[in-house]
Amino acid sequence: MRIALFITCVNDLAYPGTGIAVTRILRRLGHTVEFPDRQTCCGQMHANTGYRAEAMPMVRNYVDVFDGYDAVVAPSGSCTAMIRDQYPRLHPPATSVAARTYELSELLVDVLGVTDVGAEFPETVTYHPTCHGLRMLRLGDRPLTLLRQVRGITLVELGDAEECCGFGGTFALKNPDVSTAMLTDKCARVRDTGARVLAAADNSCLAHIGGGLDRHRSGVRAMHYAEILAGASS
Amino acid sequence: MSQPVAPATGSGRIRTPLPFPTAAKPAVADPQLRANLHRATRTIRAKRARVVDEVPDWEALRDAGSAIKADVQRRLPELLEQFEASVTAAGATVHWARDAAEACRIVVALTRAAGADEVVKVKSMATQEIELNEALEAAGIAAYETDLAELIVQLGEDTPSHILVPAIHYNRAQIREIFQRRMPDVPADLSDEPAALAEAARAHLRRRFLSARVAVSGANFAVADTGTLVVVESEGNGRMCLTLPETLISVVGVEKLLPTFTDLEVFLQLLPRSSTGERMNPYTSMWTGVTPGDGPQDVHVVLVDNGRSAVLADPVGRPALSCIRCSACLNVCPVYERAGGHAYGSVYPGPIGAILSPQLTGVADNASLPYASTLCGACYDVCPVKINIPEILVHLRQQAPHPPAERAAMGVLSWVMRSPRRWAAALRLARAGAGPLGAYRMRRTGARTLRRLPWPGSAWTRSRDLPLPGPQTFREWWGKQ
Repeated sequence: MRIALFITCVNDLAYPGTGIAVTRILRRLGHTVEFPDRQTCCGQMHANTGYRAEAMPMVRNYVDVFDGYDAVVAPSGSCTAMIRDQYPRLHPPATSVAARTYELSELLVDVLGVTDVGAEFPETVTYHPTCHGLRMLRLGDRPLTLLRQVRGITLVELGDAEECCGFGGTFALKNPDVSTAMLTDKCARVRDTGARVLAAADNSCLAHIGGGLDRHRSGVRAMHYAEILAGASS
Repeated sequence: MSQPVAPATGSGRIRTPLPFPTAAKPAVADPQLRANLHRATRTIRAKRARVVDEVPDWEALRDAGSAIKADVQRRLPELLEQFEASVTAAGATVHWARDAAEACRIVVALTRAAGADEVVKVKSMATQEIELNEALEAAGIAAYETDLAELIVQLGEDTPSHILVPAIHYNRAQIREIFQRRMPDVPADLSDEPAALAEAARAHLRRRFLSARVAVSGANFAVADTGTLVVVESEGNGRMCLTLPETLISVVGVEKLLPTFTDLEVFLQLLPRSSTGERMNPYTSMWTGVTPGDGPQDVHVVLVDNGRSAVLADPVGRPALSCIRCSACLNVCPVYERAGGHAYGSVYPGPIGAILSPQLTGVADNASLPYASTLCGACYDVCPVKINIPEILVHLRQQAPHPPAERAAMGVLSWVMRSPRRWAAALRLARAGAGPLGAYRMRRTGARTLRRLPWPGSAWTRSRDLPLPGPQTFREWWGKQ
């Protein structure tokens, strides 16, 4: 099976560790992963802010780059949801590759049939299900199923977990007061858990919540769950 | 019929006087309001979740509700004429209003013709939308709200902030204070127990019911094949208005039609569970024209367009007209919970308001509302008629006027990102520019983050640190493999 990694623009620039983690997990499981370097961005920010025409070249580029692969994996619920939910409407030729694009936990659990990726992570972790993964992709408990198999991990439940953190892409900049109010409540729920690590499937949401946690010197580390799954068991 | 005219936009209380982010500021900064909204929305949404979970065919009911409404939208003109014929045959009179002003003129004229200088009102979104109370007052006619929460808002000289619970922004103590200030006959030692407050309102309203000659209502549903109007309420005050006065005037948005009486079977299951979290609605009043010797003998229906034809003309935005005003989307919306209903500047707040108001007025008039959402999708999940609110929000953002600086930035970013070569170069440049800054911050503070940026970055750094790129991008790591 030819698996391609769609790293996403934010991860490529600011969170290379997440892409490295995905690569390590898949290689450890015996798969070959390719990184086509003509990939750019899925166009979500443009499309969701009202700039569909400006998003279209990125949509077409995604199809050109990834159409030849059996599966595309992206370490982002939000970008995967953009591709799977919006691409077929925006650009019908994208329908086929959109259906073969998976968020990491979907690829592992549904396509590769794996729940134990052989990881070890001796920390207390709470998991925030990010909105697009939760309600557009319907990831359900796939990421938690993977995390439960990690050696040494202590998972604690996050209160009001399904409530949005207030990021919403350009929402955080256009509506800073409401966004901050939502963030404050999310950070309080995270601190209530006593966890030392906050995990999620989207580094954009984690940059938001983590940025709030850092501002208040909470000592909680925000981390993509792929980086937990990459932690090798000795 | 008159000559065909392009669908007009709506008027009335459906426009934001201030952009949403500005209008939300006072609410976000008001801890009492935040606490009231937090408590109230959480209570209702937990109740809703409980009674929805116990219905095994809930998803099938949602599909049915959505399909019936889509059918109504496909053949609205035909159904409206059928409704007019049915209700006229049953002894009522139908009036057609293009916009808010025309609807108000019709109600004023009918009230005057009945020789009345006051009306009692059943809770109704349509009359709030067209600002009927203000129009009646200007014509020297007093309008008395009889729904408990609408009465609180009216006595407080305020406007509703929620579709179902207009006074959701008040707590019990605040309501007692309004009653003591504005009800002349209220006991001096009135407690803030809900039963005592309800009793005070009951005593206050009873005289109005007995003396009123004209009642004004809206309608939850208007049935085309029988000409039946339906009002769904919890208190019984609506039932008093609908049965006691001689004249009954109902103001109904044209989208409220249902093809047949049996379609009510679906909606009378969907609505109470979605709105109040009740299995069955307490007071469901239905009337079909005039019944000689029983109830109002002079019955009128004012069918209001007020921008709805314009919404109907847009196939993507059209499902907003399926809304049955249950307010489940408000109760589950994290933005509504923090900003409150008044921030939306329209009688339709929350997620449904963010897609309905801009479509009724034209998007340019309500350009901030489609952006008053994180697109988290919680509203779509609870909507009993499956309105894909996030999809319509994105569709309306497409039509909204974009600020020039934002448009320029988006254009440049798109130009960079559409080209693999330019994007790779931009990544190298961003890493080279910000990487050393990140390393410097790392040495100074132990974290690769920025704490303060000038505008527009300040919108981010006011409440969150900004992560900086590390020493290499992902593709640089990959290249070294």
